[in-house]
Amino acid sequence: MKQLIAFVNKEFHHIFRDSRTLLVILGIPIVQILLFGFAINMEVQDIRVAFYDPTPDAFTTGITERIRQNAYFNYLGKVNSMNEMEVVMRKGKLDLAIVFEQDFQENLVHSGNAAVQLLSNSSDPNRGSISVNYAMAIIADYQKDQMNISQIPFQIQTENRMVYNPLMKSSYMFVPGIMGLVMMIICTIMTSVSIVREKERGTMEVLLASPLKHGTMIFAKTIPYMVISFIDFIIILLLSYFVLDVPVNGSLFLLCLIAILYIFLSLSYGLTISTLVDKQVNAVIISAMTAMIPVLMLSGMIFPIDNMPNVLQYFSTIVPARWFIDAIRKVMIQGQGLTMVWKDVLILIGMTVFLLAVTAVNTKKRLE
Amino acid sequence: MNENVIEVSNLTKRFGHFTAVDHITFNVKRGEIFGFLGANGAGKTTAMQMLCGISLPTEGKGTVAGFDIIKENEKIKRNIGYMSQKFSLYEDLKVWENIRLFGGIYGLSDKVIAEKTDELLEKLNFQHERNTLVKYLPLGWKQKLAFSVAIFHEPNIVFLDEPTGGVDPAMRRQFWEMIYSASDRGITVFVTTHYMDEAEYCNRVSIMVDGHIDALDSPSTLRSQFNTESMDEVFRQLARKAKRAD
Repeated sequence: MKQLIAFVNKEFHHIFRDSRTLLVILGIPIVQILLFGFAINMEVQDIRVAFYDPTPDAFTTGITERIRQNAYFNYLGKVNSMNEMEVVMRKGKLDLAIVFEQDFQENLVHSGNAAVQLLSNSSDPNRGSISVNYAMAIIADYQKDQMNISQIPFQIQTENRMVYNPLMKSSYMFVPGIMGLVMMIICTIMTSVSIVREKERGTMEVLLASPLKHGTMIFAKTIPYMVISFIDFIIILLLSYFVLDVPVNGSLFLLCLIAILYIFLSLSYGLTISTLVDKQVNAVIISAMTAMIPVLMLSGMIFPIDNMPNVLQYFSTIVPARWFIDAIRKVMIQGQGLTMVWKDVLILIGMTVFLLAVTAVNTKKRLE
Repeated sequence: MNENVIEVSNLTKRFGHFTAVDHITFNVKRGEIFGFLGANGAGKTTAMQMLCGISLPTEGKGTVAGFDIIKENEKIKRNIGYMSQKFSLYEDLKVWENIRLFGGIYGLSDKVIAEKTDELLEKLNFQHERNTLVKYLPLGWKQKLAFSVAIFHEPNIVFLDEPTGGVDPAMRRQFWEMIYSASDRGITVFVTTHYMDEAEYCNRVSIMVDGHIDALDSPSTLRSQFNTESMDEVFRQLARKAKRAD
């Protein structure tokens, strides 16, 4: 016990004396949350829109007013010809052009059909298609209201796909992902590096020649990172809740439990790596390649797993973060209980046990 | 004084086809300063690691401080101090923190650690460096501190692997005074070195060539045996036979 305390003490000193590392491990979650929350904004706002309406009437004016009043649109005005419209859009001053056909109201009333053209500047395809979707939704809305009032059987051709608010959706998606990423980075890279550093500097030899038990040393090494990554988890949780308005719908206790399990798993993985390499550089490279990149690419954090080719879908099943993110989403966003996440939890436990077993087999109590 | 604290026979270590240590046999007596000499790659460090219980011999047997080096290596570890070739203290810990860490690892109580720390710093004239990070100490000071830490828990035997490498002559002199004082307190000193003038300070020396021990006796006996005035010459005559390159 005394050995353990002396050693844990030393590990905390290593971390706190290395201010750059400390900054990184406490700064990563904050930067990530702010980056994904604000800088990488999936929401399309401030859509600059202009209208071409050759024969203004009640319907076209109604639609124009609706769009004009919508907070997502920035109404630039009306143009007098299609040529003028093209010039403005080419200059990049316009995101969406709405063009009513000639005699819009007449066509609508007489033939029951009228067309409105939506031209989007799709040099940014995402922004382009979302602008169009917004406008279509507003037109559909208008149409529905008109049908209720006038009972006229007419139809304006639109397609409504705006079923969610993109901002909310993206933060729901990435908050669990950032948790998965940050804890993996800190636990795996930091533990593997801190053990390998002892090998590299030669202090490991002295420790091996001392009565310090290997298990005690490993345990002492992991404690500080366990504490720090749990603090990171709390930071992410607080930032998401208060800054990004992501709700915690499920049990906070279950959420913490899943996080601790995942921290254990990441620590075990760090230990496994530390038994395989002798240089800090290699430890960093292996951790980054096998822990970080799969979390980014294959965990469902950014790219939906269902959209991946089958091979990658199978491969993603061995990425721990996939199960962690799945469980966190279910508990945090959907408010599900243990009954819905027991499969994820069991898989995470299984992976931890497997990694610890590999570590135990590979650990050398003597130098070779 | 005639009790053996290290007894080794036919100790061998192979790495694949390479035999680093080839059937070495020797004894070290209690309180002795035993010089373990040899060129780079002769197998000194490997032999020392087997004695410290951190490397398992391929063949042969031995006891250190009365414990079997194969079966009882954990008990050996409680009774020895070890100073490795690489600098063995933590550079980002303060002087007193390093002392406390190793005191704690060897199971000393806080009270004993505190008392002995004061005593040690005073003896080394280090009081004003108590709160200095070890990385800011000059090399010679670091080595003196590392040695003091290695014998902090009063081991039976202390193993020193090239403790004075890169240290200036005046500092080496002071370092050897510390070794003598430890030896006077009854601590057996097992030391490897490159410096032949240091070999003269040892009670007995062994010289390893290509994994074998080719000579083992007191410096004066070895000098007359090889019919020369200096240990340097003894070493050169033996090392000439070496086939292993650096």
